[in-house]
Amino acid sequence: MNFDAIVIGGGIVGCAIADRLARERRAVCLLERDVLGGAATAASMGHLVVLDDDPAELALSAYSCARWRELAPQLPAAAEYRATGTLWIARDAAEMAEAAHKQRRLAAAGIASELVDEAQLKLCEPALAPGLAGGLRVPADAVVYPPVAAAFLARRAAAAGADVRAGVNVRTLVDGGVILADGSELRAPRVIVANGCAAPELLCSVPVRKRKGHLLITTRLAPTVNHQLVELGYIQSAHGGDGESVAFNVQPRPSGQLLLGSTRQFDDLSCEVTPRLLARLVERAQAFLPGLGSLTALRAWTGFRPTTPDHRPLIGPWPARPGVWLACGHEGLGVTTALGTADLLAAQLFDQPLPFDAAPYAPARFAAQVSHAA
Amino acid sequence: MPPELCVRVDGVEIQVPAECSVAAALRSAGFSSTRHSLDGTPRAACCGMGVCFECRVRIDGVERLGCLVRVREGMEISRDA
Ligand SMILES: Cc1cc2nc3c(=O)[nH]c(=O)nc-3n(C[C@H](O)[C@H](O)[C@H](O)COP(=O)(O)OP(=O)(O)OC[C@H]3O[C@@H](n4cnc5c(N)ncnc54)[C@H](O)[C@@H]3O)c2cc1C
Ligand code: FES
Repeated sequence: MNFDAIVIGGGIVGCAIADRLARERRAVCLLERDVLGGAATAASMGHLVVLDDDPAELALSAYSCARWRELAPQLPAAAEYRATGTLWIARDAAEMAEAAHKQRRLAAAGIASELVDEAQLKLCEPALAPGLAGGLRVPADAVVYPPVAAAFLARRAAAAGADVRAGVNVRTLVDGGVILADGSELRAPRVIVANGCAAPELLCSVPVRKRKGHLLITTRLAPTVNHQLVELGYIQSAHGGDGESVAFNVQPRPSGQLLLGSTRQFDDLSCEVTPRLLARLVERAQAFLPGLGSLTALRAWTGFRPTTPDHRPLIGPWPARPGVWLACGHEGLGVTTALGTADLLAAQLFDQPLPFDAAPYAPARFAAQVSHAA
Repeated sequence: MPPELCVRVDGVEIQVPAECSVAAALRSAGFSSTRHSLDGTPRAACCGMGVCFECRVRIDGVERLGCLVRVREGMEISRDA
C-alpha cells in the first residue's frame, strides 16, 4: 500500500505526528522498532513547561502547552495530567531579579505568572528550606505521565485510520520510502524521521547527540509538594557548557511520591546509574527540601535527551534528502513540544498555514555542514 | 522455645522470634502483609534481600525495608509505608 506519509519512531513526537496526520485523514504509517512511548519518552519527567530563555523555544513551548491544555480532558486518567503549575525558585536577590526578567519575557508571550516573596513561598510550599528568597509561579504549566500519553496518541491515530506498527525496525531510507529490517519496502512521498536519539543511525549527518540524565523516585511518605519545583539556576544547567551538571527539579506524583531530577552529561553513553551523580542529585534536592532526609529512594533510572548544537529541535525538510523530513532533537523538552511539533510539521508537509514561524527549527540551518552528506 | 522479644505492630504488642528480620517476624506472627499498594491491595515481602521493596514498613517512625532490619525489643512497626 502507498501512504501519504511514513513516520519513523513511536516516541511522544512520532505518536503526536501520526495522530495529527491521521485525524486529517492522511494515509499515515507509524513504525516503532521497540514499544510505543518507550525510549526517552518513558524515561522522562513529563513536565509540561514554558521555557523562555530562547525566543524560538518560548514560541514552541507556549504553543505546545496550550495544546496540552486542550487535549487534557480527552487523556485517559492513567496519563495523570495535572495542572500543578511550575514554581521557579530563587535562592537570593540576584535570582529574584532573574525571576522578574522571566516574568516579563513570559508576559510578552501572553503567559501569566506571579512573583512570590519569601513569606509567600513558605505558605505555598511549606516543605522548602528556610532562607530561600522567593520565586516565580507559572500556574498554567502542568505535568503528564509521558508513556501513557504517547500510547494514547498512537491509539487515537490508529482509530482514525493510521497503520501503527510496533516491533518494526526501519533499516534504511530509500528514495520514496523505507526498507524494514525484514527487507520489505514501504513507500510514501514523505518520510518523517522522528526517532529521537537514533536519527543519526538513519541519516549520519543529522547533528543529534545523546545527553544522559538521571531521575529518582521516592516512596510515598514524601513531604507534601504542590507545584513542580525547579531552581532558577536550571537553565544554566540545561543550556550551559558541555560538562556535567545537576539542577534541582522535583515533581509531586499523585501517589504521594516525589520524582527528583535531574542530571546532564554528554560523556557517558551507557544506561547505567552512576552512584556519584545520583548522590549529587539527592544532595541538591535536599538543599531545597530538607525533609527528604528520611525518605527511601524506590528506583533510579537514566535516559538520553536528543540534543542539537543550538538546543533547538529539528523540524522540517532535510535538504540533503528530498522527501525526508525531520522531527527530532527535542532535547529535554520533547514531551512538552511534541504537540506543537506535530502541528508545525503537518502544516509544512501539506502546505497549510503555519501555526507559528518555522524558520528557527528548520534543519536547513545545519545544511552548510551537511551539503556533501546524505 | 527459641528466645522471643516484644515489639508493637500497628499499636498492638506481640511476641516474635528474637533472631530474625522484621519481615520474617511479621510473617511468623501471622501478618500476611507489610503494606498496601495505592489501590488498597495488600503487599508482602517477596525477595527477602532488599531488591523488590515490597517489605517496606515504618520502624520507629522511619521507613525501612523489613527484610534488611533485625527485630529489636520494643520496636514500633507500622504497616503504612
Ligand atoms: C531524564 C529526562 C528527563 C526529561 N524530562 C522532561 C520533561 O520533564 N519535560 C519534557 O518536555 N521533556 C523531558 N525530557 C525530554 C523528552 O523525554 C524527550 O525530548 C522526548 O521524549 C523525545 O521524544 P522522541 O519521540 O523524539 O524520542 P523517543 O521517545 O526517544 O522515541 C524515539 C523512538 O524511535 C524509535 N526508533 C529509533 N530508531 C528506529 C528505527 N530505525 N525504526 C523504528 N523505530 C525507531 C525508538 O525505539 C523510540 O521509541 C526528558 C528527557 C530525559 C532523558
Ligand atoms: S522483601 Fe524484597 S526488599 Fe525486602
